[in-house]
Amino acid sequence: MNSLPRAAELGLISCHTCGLTCRDTGGDDMACPRCGSALHRRKPDSYMRAWALLIAGFLLYIPANVLPIMRTASLNDIDDNTIISGVVELWVKGSPDLAVIVFTASIVVPMLKFLSLSVLLVTSQRGSGWARVQRAKIYRLVEFIGYWSMLDVFVVALLTALVRFGLLSLVEPLPGVIFFGLTVVLTMLASMSFDPRLIWDGRDTDD
Amino acid sequence: MGMAAPESLLICEHCDTVYQRRPLVRGEVARCARCMAELERHQGLSVNAMLALVLTAMIVFVQANMWPIVTLGLNGQFSGTTLWGMIITMWQQQAQVVSVLAAFTLFFFPLVKMLTLGWLLWFGRQGRRAPGFVPLMVALHRLGPWTMSEVFVLGALVAIVKAHNYFDVVADPGIYAYAALTLLITIFAGVDLRQLWDHTAERPA
Repeated sequence: MNSLPRAAELGLISCHTCGLTCRDTGGDDMACPRCGSALHRRKPDSYMRAWALLIAGFLLYIPANVLPIMRTASLNDIDDNTIISGVVELWVKGSPDLAVIVFTASIVVPMLKFLSLSVLLVTSQRGSGWARVQRAKIYRLVEFIGYWSMLDVFVVALLTALVRFGLLSLVEPLPGVIFFGLTVVLTMLASMSFDPRLIWDGRDTDD
Repeated sequence: MGMAAPESLLICEHCDTVYQRRPLVRGEVARCARCMAELERHQGLSVNAMLALVLTAMIVFVQANMWPIVTLGLNGQFSGTTLWGMIITMWQQQAQVVSVLAAFTLFFFPLVKMLTLGWLLWFGRQGRRAPGFVPLMVALHRLGPWTMSEVFVLGALVAIVKAHNYFDVVADPGIYAYAALTLLITIFAGVDLRQLWDHTAERPA
C-alpha cells in the first residue's frame, strides 16, 4: 500500500485537538499554530497510560459485580441487587428486551472493552500486522459505545430518588454502584489514551 | 504533494494516512482507504441551522431540568423527582461519586457545551471568531464523550419499567423534554464542529 503515504513519511503531524495538518519540525515542544495545543506524533505514553487505566478499571469491575449495587427495602423484606440479579429480575418480570439492553450495557460492553483493548495493546506493542483493519474497527466500536455502560448507574440513581415511601418502600444505593461508575470512567479514559495509529505502526506488512 | 498547502491535506485521525482534500457532495462520506475510518462527511447544516438547533436544545434542556421526570404512586402517596433531586439524593445517600458523575455528565458538561456552541455560532454566522474562540474550541474538543443525556433517557426507561412492577408510574413532562433533547443530540452527532475553524476568518471579533 505504498500509494497511501502516512504523515510521518511526509514530515507531517495532524493536530490531535483541531485536526490541522502541521509540519513536523522535529522538536519536542511543537505547538499547533491554529489552536495552540501541543503537537504529538502519537498520544504521549499511550501504552503505559492505557494499560494502567485498563487494569485499574478491571480491578474495580470485580467489586462492581460482586457487591450489591442497590437495596430495595419494604415493610417485611430487604432485597439487595447486584448488576446481574437486576438483569435477571428484568427478564423474569417480563421485560426481556430491556434485560438484554441492560446486560449489554453493564456486562457485554465492559467485558468487550477489557478484552479488545488488551488485545489491541498487546498486538500493537508487538508490532503485529494481524487483522489491522478489523482491530481498527473494534477500537472505533469500543470508543463509540463505551459511555453507554453508565446506564445502570443512572437507573440506580433515579430509582433511589423516586422510591421514597418511608417504611413502606425505599431504595438505597449500595457500594457496588460506585465501583461500577468508576469502572466506566476508567475504561473510557483507557480507550481515549490508546492511540489507534499505533495499530499501523509496526512492521510494514499491511495487506 | 510536498508543496500542497496544509489546509488542502487531510490526515486520517485513526491511522495517519495523508489525503488530498476534495469537496464532498450532499450525503457523501469520505473514508480512509487504509483503516476504513470516516475522514470527513458532507456538512449539510448551515451555521444558522446549527445555531437554531442549539437554541432549541437550550430551551428543551431548561425544561428537562426543571420539570419532574417521573412520579411514582403507592397507596395514595406520590413521589417524583427532577434531575437535581436525583443528584442531591445520591449525595445524601453516601453515593457522592455517583452524584458528582451525574451532575457533570448530565448537567454541567451539556450546559457548558451548549453555551459554548451558542456563543461560537452566534459570531460564526457573521463569519467572525467569537472572543475566546481558540480556547473555547479546544474546550469543546476536550468535552468529547463526557455528556451522557441520551444514556440517561434509556436509564429512565429502564427505571420506569422496573418501578412499574411495584408502583403506579406516571411519566412527567421532564421525560418528554429529555426525549426531545436526545433527538437533537442525535441530529448533532453527524456535525463536525471542527468546520468552524474553516468557516470563520482568522481575525478576532
